[in-house]
Amino acid sequence: MIKDFVIVWEHRDQMLNGLMNTLWLSLCSAVLAFALGALLTTALTSRARPVAALARSFVDTMRCLPFLLFAYLVYYGLPSFGIRFSNWGAGLIALTLYNTAYMAELLRAAWAGLSPELIEAGHAFGFFGLNLFRRIVLPPVILAAVPMIGNQMIQIIKDSAFLSIIAVPELTHEASSIQATYFVPFAAFVAAVLLYWVLCLIVEAAVAGVGQMAEARR
Amino acid sequence: MNDIDNARVRAAAGEPPVLNVRGISKSFDKLQVLSDVSLTVGRGETVCIVGPSGSGKSTLLRCINWLEPPDAGAIFLSGRRVGRRAGGDVAMSDSELAQIRTRIGMVFQHFALWPHLTVLQNVMEAPLHVQKRPKAEVREFAEMLLEKVGLGDKRHAFPARLSGGQKQRVGIARALAVRPDLLLFDEPTSALDPELVGEVILVMRQLARDGMTMVVVTHEMGFARDAATRMVFLDHGRIIETGTPAQFFSAPATDRARQFLQRYATSTAAVADV
Repeated sequence: MIKDFVIVWEHRDQMLNGLMNTLWLSLCSAVLAFALGALLTTALTSRARPVAALARSFVDTMRCLPFLLFAYLVYYGLPSFGIRFSNWGAGLIALTLYNTAYMAELLRAAWAGLSPELIEAGHAFGFFGLNLFRRIVLPPVILAAVPMIGNQMIQIIKDSAFLSIIAVPELTHEASSIQATYFVPFAAFVAAVLLYWVLCLIVEAAVAGVGQMAEARR
Repeated sequence: MNDIDNARVRAAAGEPPVLNVRGISKSFDKLQVLSDVSLTVGRGETVCIVGPSGSGKSTLLRCINWLEPPDAGAIFLSGRRVGRRAGGDVAMSDSELAQIRTRIGMVFQHFALWPHLTVLQNVMEAPLHVQKRPKAEVREFAEMLLEKVGLGDKRHAFPARLSGGQKQRVGIARALAVRPDLLLFDEPTSALDPELVGEVILVMRQLARDGMTMVVVTHEMGFARDAATRMVFLDHGRIIETGTPAQFFSAPATDRARQFLQRYATSTAAVADV
C-alpha cells in the first residue's frame, strides 16, 4: 500500500497540475457564475413578466438537471447543431451556466431578505436603476449571501470533478489516469480527496474571513 | 416678526413657497388614505403633522417626494412640479425625479441607514454618487454635519454598532448632506427607546431654530408644542385642523382634535405614572 502512495508521489507534478486546473476552472467559473447570477437576479425580480418568466424557467431547468447530463449535452449534444467547444471550453461553459442558476437563486433569496426601507431610502435620495443596484442593493445582498456563496463555491469545486468525463485534465481526471496506468486506485483517489479537502478548507477560511467583515456591516 | 409673517412677506414678494401640496388624494386598492389634502410650507417653517395612526400622515409625507405617487392633485417644490412635467400629463423620468428628490432630505422611522457603509460614507453617499459633488467638499461638509449632530467620533463606525438615537442622528446628517430645501421626518423617534428620544429631539429643535424648512410627522407633542410654527391635524386622510401650536394645544377647534389630544394626554400620563 505504501508503495502505491509512493507511485502517486512520484507523479505529484501531474496531480498538482490537475489541482491547479481544478482551481482555475472553479475560480473562473465561480467569478463568472456570480457575475451572471447577479444579472440573472435582476431578471428574476424584473417587473417585465416575460423577462422574469424566462429567467425563472432557466433557473428551474438547471436546478432539475443533473450536472453530468448537462456537461454531456454541452460537449456531445451541441455539436449536432454545429456548435462545438474544446473540452476546456465546454467544461467552463457547463460549470458556469449550471452554477449561474444557483447563484441567481441564492442572491434573490438574500435580496428578498433585505429591508425594503434601505431601498426606499435609496430612492428618496435620488438613486435609481444601475446606480441604485450597484451601490445600495448589491453590497448588502452580497454580504448577507457570503455563507451561501461559499457553499456554492464548494459545490462548484466538487462539480468540476464531473468534467473528467469530457477529458478536462482536472484533478479527478489526473488521479484517474495515474490509477489506470499503475493500478493504484485507492492511493490515487485518496490523494485527490485530500487535495479537494484542502481546497474546501481554503474556501471556508476565506468565507469565515469575509463573514466577519460582513457581520460588522449588518 | 415671526416665521409665518416672514413667509408671507416672501410670498408677497413673489417667492414660491418651499412646499405647495395642492389637493392630493391617494388610495390603496379601495382604501382611501388621503382625500384632497392641501398644504403650503414657507421657508423656515416647521410644520408638525399629528393624528391617530392610520390617518395618512406617513403617506402624505411619502407623496411629497413621490415615493408614493398620489392619484390626484399636484405637489410643487419651490415652484417646481414634483413627479410630473410642467403640464402634468407626463411622468418625470427617473433622472428628473432623482434630481428633484435630492432637494428633499428624508429621515425614516426605522433609520434606513445603509448597513454596508460607515457613518461617514452613509452621509457622503448621495452627495457623491447622485449629486456628483466634489469629494473634498462633500467630506468636509459631512464631517461638519456629524460634529453638529454630536457623532464626529463615530464617523468610521458601521450603523450596526450604534444605538437607535445615534442611528437617527446619522439619518438626520445624511438628510442634511444633500443641502435640501426641505426636510421630511417620518416619525423619527417612534422606533426609539424612551431614553434615546431626547438626543434626537435636541438635534431637531436646533434645526428648527436654524431656520431649516421641516415637515415632521410625530407623536412627540412636547417637540411640536415648542418647535412647530404650525400644527396640522390629520384624520381619516383629511386635514381637519391647522393652527399655531398655542391654538392647537390649548383650544383645538374641532372635537376630533380635542379627543385626540385628550386620549394622547391620558396615555402619556399613564406612561409617566409607571
